[in-house]
Amino acid sequence: MTRLVRLKEIAGSEELFTSGHRLCTGCAEATIVRQILHAAENPVVVANATGCLEVASTIYPYSAWKVPWIHSAFENAAATMSGVESAYNALKRKGKIDRKIDFIAFAGDGGTYDIGLQSLSGALERGHRMLYVCLDNEAYMNTGIQRSSATPLGAWTTTTPVGEKIKGKSEYKKDLTDIIVAHGVPYVAQASPSHFMDLMNKVQKALRVEGPSFLNIFAPCPRGWRSEAEISIQLSRIAVETNYWPLFEIVNGTWKINLKPRQKPIEEYLKPQKRFSHLFKPENKWMLEDIQHTVDKRWEKLLKKIDNQ
Amino acid sequence: MSKMIMSKPMALNGDEAITEAWKQINPDVVASYPITPQTIIVEKFSEFVHDGLVETEFIAAESEHSAMSACIGAAAAGGRAMTATASQGFALMWEMLFIASSMRLPIVMAVANRALSGPINIHCDHSDSMGGRDSGWIQLYSENVQEAYDNVFQAVRIGEDKRVRLPVMVCLDGFTTSHGVERVEIFDDSIRNFVGEYHIDHSLLDVDNPVTYGAMNLQNYYFEQKRQQIEAMNNSRPVIKEVGKAFEEISGRKYDFLEAYNMDNAEVALVVIGSTAGTVKALLDEEKDSRLGLLKMRTFRPFPAEELIQHLRGCKAVAILDRAGSYGGVGGPVYSEVRSALYDETEKPHIVSYIYGLGGRDTTKKMIKSVYTDLDSIAKSKDTPTPIRYLGVRGD
Repeated sequence: MTRLVRLKEIAGSEELFTSGHRLCTGCAEATIVRQILHAAENPVVVANATGCLEVASTIYPYSAWKVPWIHSAFENAAATMSGVESAYNALKRKGKIDRKIDFIAFAGDGGTYDIGLQSLSGALERGHRMLYVCLDNEAYMNTGIQRSSATPLGAWTTTTPVGEKIKGKSEYKKDLTDIIVAHGVPYVAQASPSHFMDLMNKVQKALRVEGPSFLNIFAPCPRGWRSEAEISIQLSRIAVETNYWPLFEIVNGTWKINLKPRQKPIEEYLKPQKRFSHLFKPENKWMLEDIQHTVDKRWEKLLKKIDNQ
Repeated sequence: MSKMIMSKPMALNGDEAITEAWKQINPDVVASYPITPQTIIVEKFSEFVHDGLVETEFIAAESEHSAMSACIGAAAAGGRAMTATASQGFALMWEMLFIASSMRLPIVMAVANRALSGPINIHCDHSDSMGGRDSGWIQLYSENVQEAYDNVFQAVRIGEDKRVRLPVMVCLDGFTTSHGVERVEIFDDSIRNFVGEYHIDHSLLDVDNPVTYGAMNLQNYYFEQKRQQIEAMNNSRPVIKEVGKAFEEISGRKYDFLEAYNMDNAEVALVVIGSTAGTVKALLDEEKDSRLGLLKMRTFRPFPAEELIQHLRGCKAVAILDRAGSYGGVGGPVYSEVRSALYDETEKPHIVSYIYGLGGRDTTKKMIKSVYTDLDSIAKSKDTPTPIRYLGVRGD
């Protein structure tokens, strides 16, 4: 058994994503990035897609990053990192560099589920050694809360408003993690900042594989979810406890559920978020039921995958 | 002592010659995606990779957008990075072209010039690279296979020069040059010394000295960044000349911004980019008329305004041949800029625009001759000529 994260050691390690960044109060992204950089064992190079994390952390002439960092565009963090990793391989082979360096790409759900999916798929198929982290806050928050394919059914966003006729988003959330698993990469997992030991262990496992790895991390956004800033981590915990965001991992094709919670009703997760407030009107009760049904169905599907392997 | 590098003649098409240059340079990373008429480059280079003839990491990207993105990552990591594209592929990577140049990454890209859709067409015109003329890349255009090959080595030196640090396109005409087999002098492998090693001051892989590439610049800094980029392009002018001279020393072949052909006593002249210059030269060799001249542009970016003025001074009428249109603009892009460059001259020649060869339309010596005939009558007339004309299109 390989040794994983020891909190005591990590607590004393240097902050590589520093204060002074301009992410919103209560934004889970900053917490997650710090957890990831603390967990990384080797020096890292970061590629960042356009998005909240990028614009809020590198407003020239400032940078919140104490690691080498590159942002080129929105849809191409994976492709950009492909180039970095390939140059590393070439220079290592030529004896121009000898250190082990790890490569981490960050993108939001817009940059991953939508516009960056092709670039990510290409990089996964080519087998570049990189950890790709999707910070899933379920909409285009940086441009002002527009729906993405990660936005769940019923959610209010500025492009899925709660109108007279149509109440929020009419479509289901895309199951991205499943799509990534279909690429057959060595390590894929879902994580949540509430379960930080689990998250950091997953980072270390991901960075130890030879080849691509992927983490889909739940990232509550008080601004876009219309929730109180101080409950972001709590919300990410309730998402796990309602089975809305199950914690699981797929290691070389083998599925494992990391936590089987005593399931809470989905209302506990939805209620504190004003993006869902219209669902609690009597006439929209069917949507609540649909959401609960979808969560249960996806959980059952997950259990079946474990049983059938 | 002669610095000449030994070479041997080979029969290669333009794509193969580009790939041969890449093989000799042995770049760290090539990221590319197949598109006609550049495909031979990716195919041929893949063979070199699979036969172990190069040490390059080859990224068979899933799109040109990703190919250019990967080149950006590779170059920022301190790797020498190259790619090739054409037409739609060029259009797809357009977003990233601007980012490559703004990060001051000396990527070298071969462009097998091809018409842009729609309608879809696979043959040569310059609408792809002309569309990217303000993407901040240096643009070297090649008349033939030899120039395409030679330009690759010079592109590396020019782009990587500390005074410049900009990406460079090596353009060659689709099919005419990319697929046309010609006799080409191929250097021995000591040509690698001419390009030298790539050294980057701020590498992403220097983990002890972390750098931030691609930070957000707002109203308070963006303008200065852009101003510096414009300056870098200006700084490339002496470097292009120096590298051209250094290349002449090893090859005996001259390279500058422009090539003047029969211009010493020319009264009427054509300004041409790419393989059509060869057609014009063939005609001029037959005509043996000192009044007719040709000015071939090798660099469109940076635009050699001063050199153009010097050569065109004394001409009575000049035709600018553009292999790309500009919808609603004033003639083609080359015409607009040449005309603008001549504005401050007191004795200006008449200057007219000919749009020609779109979508691979053949441009013959007969057509070129008709342009010289037009110029003769324009030179003699006192009237202002019709400025925008078309060569070889029906219904005109």
